[in-house]
Amino acid sequence: MSAAAVVPVREKSVAFDLERIRKDFPILRTKVHGHPLVYLDNAATSQKPQVVIDALVRYYEGENANIHRGVHYLSQIATEDFEKARKTVQAFVNAADPGEIVFTRGTTEAINLVAQTYGRVNVGPGDEILITAMEHHSNIVPWQLLCEEKGAKLRVAPINDEGELLIEEFEKLIGPRTKVVAVAHVSNALGTINPLRQMIAMAHAQGVPVLVDGAQAVPHLAVDVQALDADFYTFSGHKMYGPTGIGVLYGKTALLDAMPPWQGGGDMISSVTFEKTTYNKLPHKFEAGTPDMAGVAGLKAAIDYMNGIGIDRIAAHEHDLLQYATETLGRLDGVRLIGTAREKASVLSFVLDDVHPHDIGTILDQEGIAVRTGHHCAQPVMDRFGIPATVRASFAAYNTRTEVDALARGIRKVREVFA
Amino acid sequence: MPELRDLYQEVILEHSKAPRNYKVLTSANHRAEGYNPLCGDRFTVYLEMDGDRIREIGFQGAGCAISKASASMMTQTVKGKTKAEAEQIFEKFHDLVTGHAPGDAAQLGKLAVFSGVSEFPMRVKCATLAWHTLEAALEGKQEKVSTE
Repeated sequence: MSAAAVVPVREKSVAFDLERIRKDFPILRTKVHGHPLVYLDNAATSQKPQVVIDALVRYYEGENANIHRGVHYLSQIATEDFEKARKTVQAFVNAADPGEIVFTRGTTEAINLVAQTYGRVNVGPGDEILITAMEHHSNIVPWQLLCEEKGAKLRVAPINDEGELLIEEFEKLIGPRTKVVAVAHVSNALGTINPLRQMIAMAHAQGVPVLVDGAQAVPHLAVDVQALDADFYTFSGHKMYGPTGIGVLYGKTALLDAMPPWQGGGDMISSVTFEKTTYNKLPHKFEAGTPDMAGVAGLKAAIDYMNGIGIDRIAAHEHDLLQYATETLGRLDGVRLIGTAREKASVLSFVLDDVHPHDIGTILDQEGIAVRTGHHCAQPVMDRFGIPATVRASFAAYNTRTEVDALARGIRKVREVFA
Repeated sequence: MPELRDLYQEVILEHSKAPRNYKVLTSANHRAEGYNPLCGDRFTVYLEMDGDRIREIGFQGAGCAISKASASMMTQTVKGKTKAEAEQIFEKFHDLVTGHAPGDAAQLGKLAVFSGVSEFPMRVKCATLAWHTLEAALEGKQEKVSTE
């Protein structure tokens, strides 16, 4: 399938049919403690529509074979579908070339890949890596490891009380020693959407490449890596209705070409002797070993599914839900929202009186409501707001206003228990 | 189906709001820090040991209702007990909250109110954090204990 063939699917999509969408997700029929499941933990992982589940089954039932290897029928089919899926991903983020799409286990692995290849070659003693105060641990620790190894320094751009990046501070922190800027597109703990285009332009003005952690962005807004001019863009399948264990590293061809390989093994080579190995071309250079072929089939199905609804329609629905939830919860006594940026996606983080989020999580669970409670793998964010943890409700295409009302009822129940 | 009121019993809520022995013990000759990295609960347990006996005990920190109430009631229970006695109570308490020996609840006195925790496996670590910390303090371990 060519890139052009994917795009019209978006245009073909009809009006946003919430009831139909909910029927696409078999798990939403689950009862939890006698209540219908209200799944509001989508920032941790989203649920999967039947088409994605079917794609996994279809792969194993009909075409399982190792790719890029065999000359036999199944291997050929599997290879073709694998590379077709790569083109679907390419179109999804509007990359210039399918060779710029590297399949990884997820966002975390994609960031580690860049830190361990691009980073190791380009970062030296006294150099700096710039991140923001709202990063997920997966966009902190890989850079800390690199800094430790190289004697480099991690710099952190601060955020304000609303959870927005202080863009002037960010710009000031980009200096002659800055070798990489690594930032979240959307904050997983706060929901803040960063002004990415502006940030990337600031970094590029100083000749610094930018890696984007897009894990929380791709499920909720249309991403165009070329329009953003991102150097690296990373995301996970499982947060965007796809299977676990599959993710993507987008990288500009020139950068990926210049980088050394990461893991060695099969598929990433073009020839091996005991004296010397030459590496395969992009993207295979970075895909050592047998990849998650079923996962890739599932990821393709997830993208097709999202395109079928229309990402802009998903975004509009979630925006409406977030606004409704912000107003509804904002009216409840004792609720304090954490993360009130002007530009937000999907995430509503809050604390309630002095009730610990874990107690809230347990009580909500008894009502069938699944939320995340804790530090959300973003401990520095919690420290910034002087709290140990928050409750986080995060929305997906299938969530409803009725579910937001259920959440509000649940919170009132928490207050009754702890009155 | 697990019942919420089994977990959040009145006594537990009351202790979580007004924890006993919630103080830094200046006379402490043993102390340990406990941390649950999954939820960020963090407690320090202070002991003033008189030989093998816990003469005085205090704790401070932050955590959920279950972990705070558990710490509070633990301090009441083990005060005046020997190291061996305290460890034995922890063993029984652990069995209780993990549902391994619910029949022993009667022997635990007031601590039996935590029997509901066994229906909430995700909360076992909350109930046992202070106890693990106590154990570390009794052993005189200096390093931070973690539930992970």
